[in-house]
Amino acid sequence: MDKRHTVALHVGAAVLFFSFASVAAEIPPGAAACSGCHAAKSTVVTPVPGLNGRDAAQIMVAMKEFRMGQRPATVMDRIAKGFTDDEINAIAAWYAAQKD
Amino acid sequence: MTRTSRREFLRKAVAGTAVTLFPLPAIAQNSAGRVVVVGGGFAGATCARGLKKLDPRISVTLVEPNRTFTACPFSNSVIAGLRDFDAQKFSYDKVASDGVEMAFAAASTIDARGRGVALDNGARLAYDRLVLAPGIDIRWDGLPGYNEAAAERMPHAWKAGDQTLLLRRQLEAMDDGGVVVMSSPANPFRCPPGPYERASLIAHYLKTRKPKSKLIVLDAKDAFSKQRLFQNAWKELYLGLLEWVSLSSGGKVTEVEPASNTLVTDFNRYQAAVANVIPPQKAGRIAELAGVADQTGWCPVDPVTFESKRQTNIHVIGDAAIMGAMPKSAFAANAQAKTCAAVIAALLRGQAPAEQKLINTCYSLVAPGYGISVAGVYRPKDGQLADVENAGGVSPLDAPAATRALEANFADGWFKTITGEVFG
Repeated sequence: MDKRHTVALHVGAAVLFFSFASVAAEIPPGAAACSGCHAAKSTVVTPVPGLNGRDAAQIMVAMKEFRMGQRPATVMDRIAKGFTDDEINAIAAWYAAQKD
Repeated sequence: MTRTSRREFLRKAVAGTAVTLFPLPAIAQNSAGRVVVVGGGFAGATCARGLKKLDPRISVTLVEPNRTFTACPFSNSVIAGLRDFDAQKFSYDKVASDGVEMAFAAASTIDARGRGVALDNGARLAYDRLVLAPGIDIRWDGLPGYNEAAAERMPHAWKAGDQTLLLRRQLEAMDDGGVVVMSSPANPFRCPPGPYERASLIAHYLKTRKPKSKLIVLDAKDAFSKQRLFQNAWKELYLGLLEWVSLSSGGKVTEVEPASNTLVTDFNRYQAAVANVIPPQKAGRIAELAGVADQTGWCPVDPVTFESKRQTNIHVIGDAAIMGAMPKSAFAANAQAKTCAAVIAALLRGQAPAEQKLINTCYSLVAPGYGISVAGVYRPKDGQLADVENAGGVSPLDAPAATRALEANFADGWFKTITGEVFG
């Protein structure tokens, strides 16, 4: 087994482990923009719900329903269409791991 | 395999999967780097705070001449008498308390080769990475007759501040029955739907306070942002009160005469009781001095790193930059700034920055309680930021009043969020 192959196996294990442990070090594509409307600071009072610390599965389901037009929306239906399943999952995992 | 290259390999291996990698151990080094950010608006202040949050060891200085930030979004509501001007003002206290060094001065020169910024107070700041977020400047040579003195008579109010209040006072002082004339420039310019939101809210002011008056919008374009939504709302709310003159109908203003408050087109002369000239614009002056602006007056950047295509180690974000399909909005500036902070933090660690996706969301009010929006998702493509296909777009044309009210409410929520995130 060459070195790259070994690394790939490690990566597979890491993905399995860390997707449940919700550890994500670097912000995944698209996630930085969300806090333009979804406040990261709990001190901000707005009708738009915050995402930090929210259950990852909840975010994933919401985004996929927005994308399919199965959830009432104003702008989120238009935004969700710009993201793949993998991107949505990464964004959800990242926000689930964030604190205020 | 070295640690770094292995990390690189791992990153590539998991690209597109559900998670990014393990938290990277901090690389032991004496300095985590020096970053100077010029311009304390939505782009610059966000980027400065974002860098400190990502790595408190990075030394970050924010160069901004004003002690108070005055926000442009919602300033149209101030002009129309719907909002207190003080609601637009924010201090840099919280930015400083995050560890950002505030330099309340103007940048006077940039030494790109020597990596230094000279300030007008005599200080010189050295940097590893420079972020320029200077916003816009008015192109005083862009419209014959329109200069800084003319702007005192015919305000642009396109940078929030005294100009905002000047236009408001002029509207308040105008007799009922007066003609208000606005002009809107060719693309690109700050806040593409802004002139039409302003027209809407001035029309609302006239309708409710001075109903014998009229508003004429002279446009150097045939098409504009959220056009059908605006025009439908104008028919519904401001019929006979607001007249939009497109480029092909002769709407392009070719000259202004401040002495008589007159806007001149190829076909007509419009003498105004109140004139609001939104003139052609360019990147803030320091961009030109740094050599990052091109012949258009705006700054071409790499769509992944926002590094200038003309100078290394200088990043340009916000309204000053050419961001492809991404518009010049506060939301876009904030999103670019957070991404730029992550890019610079990675570069200072000696790592290649990851490719990002960006979002814009932009609300406009056509009347109190009547909001419309445009959204977009963007990705780097062919050296530019391009629209992600089949995503984004504007509010539905046939939405009920409840949806318009909800979007007006979200517009208000957006302002509270973005200002709370950036200055709170």
